Amino acid sequence: MSLLAISDLKVSIGGKEILRGVDLDLRSGRVHGLAGESGSGKTMTGLAVLGLLPHGARVSGRVTLGERDLLTLPPKELNAVRGGEIAMIFQDPATSLHPMLSVGRQITEHMRHHLGLGRKQARARAVELLGQVRIPAPEAAIDRYPHQFSGGMRQRVAIAIALACSPKVLIADEPTTALDVTVQAGVLRLLRGLCDDLDLAVLLVTHDLGVMSAVADEVSVMREGLVVETGPRGQVLRDPSHPYTRALLESLPGETS
Amino acid sequence: MSPTSVPSKDLKAGTAPRKPGRTGRAGHRSPLVRFLVRRVLTALLLAVGITLVTFVLTNLVPGDPVSANLGQQALGDPAIVAQWRAEHGLDKPLPEQYLLHLKGVVQGDLGMSQQSHRPVLDDLAEFVPATLELAGVAILISLVSGVAFGVIAALRRDRLSDHLLRVLSLIGISVPTFWLALMAFYVFFYRLQITPGSGRIDPSMSPPPHVTGLYTIDSALSGQWDVFSSAVGHLLTPALVLALYTIGLLTRFTRSAVLEVLGQDYVRAARAKGLPPRVILLRYVLRSALVPIITVAGLAFGSLLSGTVLVEAIFAWPGVGQYAYKSATTLDLPAVMGVGLVVGGVYLVINLIVDVLYGVIDPRVRLQ
Repeated sequence: MSLLAISDLKVSIGGKEILRGVDLDLRSGRVHGLAGESGSGKTMTGLAVLGLLPHGARVSGRVTLGERDLLTLPPKELNAVRGGEIAMIFQDPATSLHPMLSVGRQITEHMRHHLGLGRKQARARAVELLGQVRIPAPEAAIDRYPHQFSGGMRQRVAIAIALACSPKVLIADEPTTALDVTVQAGVLRLLRGLCDDLDLAVLLVTHDLGVMSAVADEVSVMREGLVVETGPRGQVLRDPSHPYTRALLESLPGETS
Repeated sequence: MSPTSVPSKDLKAGTAPRKPGRTGRAGHRSPLVRFLVRRVLTALLLAVGITLVTFVLTNLVPGDPVSANLGQQALGDPAIVAQWRAEHGLDKPLPEQYLLHLKGVVQGDLGMSQQSHRPVLDDLAEFVPATLELAGVAILISLVSGVAFGVIAALRRDRLSDHLLRVLSLIGISVPTFWLALMAFYVFFYRLQITPGSGRIDPSMSPPPHVTGLYTIDSALSGQWDVFSSAVGHLLTPALVLALYTIGLLTRFTRSAVLEVLGQDYVRAARAKGLPPRVILLRYVLRSALVPIITVAGLAFGSLLSGTVLVEAIFAWPGVGQYAYKSATTLDLPAVMGVGLVVGGVYLVINLIVDVLYGVIDPRVRLQ
């Protein structure tokens, strides 16, 4: 039973077709990897789900969460879904966190807005969340600012922010691309663990098939605005049916697992 | 900033970007205080610099204050000239003159004006409040409307209101202040007779009892509401004329600053969190946009000050601008230096405020 279903999603910006009918199903407790080269429409798919497309984008199709079609939801209700039921992590935590607001502020404000928590409750939960994403000394970390953290820690903060309102779906847009290789594994393990523990449906957007093979349950491959292949990780990565997927895999240096 | 920050004894706080994992809460208060102290000390050093610069520049002027101040007959008599020079300390070497001047400044003695034969300080005390009132109101008007217009234009990008505001701001920047002052005076006072004429209040009224020297505040304090409304009426046109350039400038900079911030990742991230648009605008967008806005505002207020000279002349506003003009044309050196000090001091204060605001807004500045 799918939690979030994207069907026939089309997006065009300035007359140019970016997505040409994308179909995806996300299920609870599963990491769905979305692969493809730059410009294939992976990121746009993620943004379209939450209505965060750039100014002037035209969207059609359906994005259903339960009974609701997110594409036709009134702005207020969509805002309640954003952050509340579907959360998002962006590529570069150096730019996706506000540099002038403390970490605590950025974790608690939407909690207070969505869940109606008081200042103290929100703060207590924020400390708990920072611990959950394995930030050392969360009590102290909460009063710091993003520039006082390393890249990997910043992305953990961003994940804590995303998890704050206990969403059901997490869209992670290239969450490890801007990080050092050495910290990538830690962040991926964290994402995988959270997905299992919290029964999250995760859409993991990445161009990195290595990342994909490490954590994804299902894999979809996109090319030029279309999903060309979808299936369980083992099948898609070991026995790809589409020539494009084969080409992608062959372009990897060394062996793939 | 944070309600829970404690004035900690942690001396290491803020010395370096601390790695997460070290214990101890970041004591936000102490880095901010230290930042402020540093800024104020710098400002004091600059203040001494200002006295030196005003002194040197004033003495570099190729003109002889003697011939500007004494009559033909007196000039012919070397004894009178020598006496006059000695009286005004002009017979001593320049470095000594500067030290005397500096000593005087510290003691609050700016010398005697050669024109008014009064202490320069008394002259300034009379004229400075008038200018402060005019410039202050102009700054207030331009800050509020410039930022508001800029935000509106950015949010309604490429729509009619954006285009209108952009044209208006371009006009505000392009039109010379003196021309605008003349036109405003001619059209609104002389032709349409909807604004009061020159001066600070109606000539038939007497100024309110001196408290701050600002007629609007003094009249309100003493409850003289007829004087108050007259003062406000007289203030409004010149202040608006003075503000127009700054409004235009701030509108343009605010618009571009807000547009740039709107395209930032953290704004999209804030939208992905489902925060209401108003919160995103105020907390996420404006906070970042304020940094370039404050920078431009600080510079603009400097140019606004120089604009007061012309506006004061046209609206017969008895302020520092008029005084400066009169002192400069008569080579009244102590008065010119006094004005230089005041204007330099105002610049200094504006820059200090700008610097302090950077630190208050941006933790990266104060935690360095």
